[in-house]
Amino acid sequence: MSRQSKLSLAVAAASVALMTGAAHADEVRVYNWSDYIAPDTLEKFTEQTGIRVIYDVYDSNEVLDAAMLSGRSGYDVVVPSNHYLTRQVSAGVYQELDHDKLPNMANLNPELMDDLESIDPGSRHSIPYMWGTNGIGYNVERVEAILGEDAPVDSWALIFDPEVTAALNEGGCGIAVLDTGDDMLSAGMAYLGLSPLSSESADIEAAGDLIAAVRDNITYFHSSRYISDLANGDICVAAGYSGDIFQAADRAEEAGHDFSIAYSIPKEGAALWFDMMAIPADAPNPDNAHAFINFILEPEIAAAITEYVVYANPNVAANEFLDPDILNDTSIYPDQEVMDNLFVQEEKPLAVQRVRTRTWNRVKSGI
Amino acid sequence: MSNNLVRLRRLFKPRRGWVIAVPLLWLTLFFLLPFGIVLKISLSEAAISIPPYSAILDYGHETLNIVLTFSNYLFLTTDTLYIAAYWGSVKIALLATVLCLLLGYPMAYAMARAPMRWQLVLLLLVMLPSWTSFLIRVYAWMGILSNNGLINNSLIWLGWIDSPIRMLNTNFAVILGIVYAYLPFMVLPLYANLTRLDGSLLEAASDLGSSKLNTFFKVTLPLSMGGIVAGSMLVFIPAVGEYVIPELLGGPNTVMIGKVLWEEFFHNRDWPVASALAMVMLAILIIPIALFHRYQSRELKE
Repeated sequence: MSRQSKLSLAVAAASVALMTGAAHADEVRVYNWSDYIAPDTLEKFTEQTGIRVIYDVYDSNEVLDAAMLSGRSGYDVVVPSNHYLTRQVSAGVYQELDHDKLPNMANLNPELMDDLESIDPGSRHSIPYMWGTNGIGYNVERVEAILGEDAPVDSWALIFDPEVTAALNEGGCGIAVLDTGDDMLSAGMAYLGLSPLSSESADIEAAGDLIAAVRDNITYFHSSRYISDLANGDICVAAGYSGDIFQAADRAEEAGHDFSIAYSIPKEGAALWFDMMAIPADAPNPDNAHAFINFILEPEIAAAITEYVVYANPNVAANEFLDPDILNDTSIYPDQEVMDNLFVQEEKPLAVQRVRTRTWNRVKSGI
Repeated sequence: MSNNLVRLRRLFKPRRGWVIAVPLLWLTLFFLLPFGIVLKISLSEAAISIPPYSAILDYGHETLNIVLTFSNYLFLTTDTLYIAAYWGSVKIALLATVLCLLLGYPMAYAMARAPMRWQLVLLLLVMLPSWTSFLIRVYAWMGILSNNGLINNSLIWLGWIDSPIRMLNTNFAVILGIVYAYLPFMVLPLYANLTRLDGSLLEAASDLGSSKLNTFFKVTLPLSMGGIVAGSMLVFIPAVGEYVIPELLGGPNTVMIGKVLWEEFFHNRDWPVASALAMVMLAILIIPIALFHRYQSRELKE
């Protein structure tokens, strides 16, 4: 899932808003994150059910949110992240799921579903699609060369500590940071030992000050460019999304570079997020939407998607079809100890969101 | 009085009415209606609903309640960010307009003076780049300006610099991008204006002993004022609200109103404040539009 420039999305959002095509009984319109499905998933679905899939992609929650809140999006299945879903549910965006049409729900991991109780009680409106974490991707060899063997690669210090980042910067080693205030300010608060979900302005601003202090050592703020830059060695530390960093690691390996990219979940705590499949209230083909969601919950299908996009799936029955290298990789499927240290972003009231957006703007622009 | 009546009657002659109807419909559909919607949203309150703002009209218990919220406008004055963003946009747009004029005027002048058979080719050369997608052309600039892009690599290869000069993600890149993208909008009205310039006036000037430079400043330039004003407006107005170019070429310290508007709309999900921002931007833009209009009507009278 590469969350690329928001621009293409604005265009997509505009066209989506215009799209109110007539419903066809034999099709399902799916709106999902970009690069977030296996190449043969849709084909297999059509083969099995005879339902044609119209598949569009977005790369930020904001764009999906705007499309949903405008109403009449024309889509049957959309995949918002958990903290956006909650608010959209309260705005009445989604219809209740008919669990009788989703027999494959039995495949879902019960422990994970318990975690989701606070987000969507009883899975009334949504089913998890994939999940992942926000952490640090780094160039193993170059970071070691600059910071030595005891480099704090398991800590947000690699991004937020002024001395560490200055050393990296002087060593010609760029640092990239996600351009989302929500993710980075929460990480900053976790690093400061504050609650990462704090709604106190003082806490949010403290995290802002923390990042502003290392601002000059940060090469750029961007939410997807780090994938190729990490892979090419143009930057060597990035705060990013787990699957994106694994993608960078794969690309670096394929290119045969003399360095490798690793992913770590910082010990101070990191965000755990879920992307949730939901059906808009005005979906033209709700039956087909249920069929699609149920199909994604097939163990082989979920396993194939995970192997392709390197994000964990919530499907416990899929584990036996999964490459053991992925299943046993604790940076993809963290163990319980790490899981306990993760936090799940919540929806925020407008006043708190405002403080976060404004603080983030101050971090970046200095105004 | 009777003169006015004649004019009025002429206006409402059936055929004339039809001619006016098309632009009128256009204006209503694509300006007045969207304007009304944005104005309406700017006077509502953000809410968790579809659409995500409160209704300003509410009919219940046999009463019609109209609730207008002006707090969104007041809110814009509470934070210096918004003023900084408006100022940033106007500054960058002004600079880009001046650069477009300095580049575009000689181009248009040369085109208008070129032999007739060349003019069409030159005109095509100005317009041809706009036949490819605007987005792709801006992306191309990213490739040219980036640290390991065309310019930096060539300069390093030539041995003129050791480490890349940072050009992408700066205000310089934004201005460059705007000048590049909007240059045709400056050149075309200027060209149209300059080709209409009466050559006998220039001859008269030279007969009277005026130097070429003097003729240019005393005759050509004043007569092409209409083209200059039109071109400058066509560049300045869209440049103020430009979002794509600063997003792709600008850096974190490029604070322009388009970006702030995006943040209000998408990050804060506060459509009313975003709409209020847009209304204020429109108010700022109406000043040059009104000036342009006054200039135009004065010219028409002459």
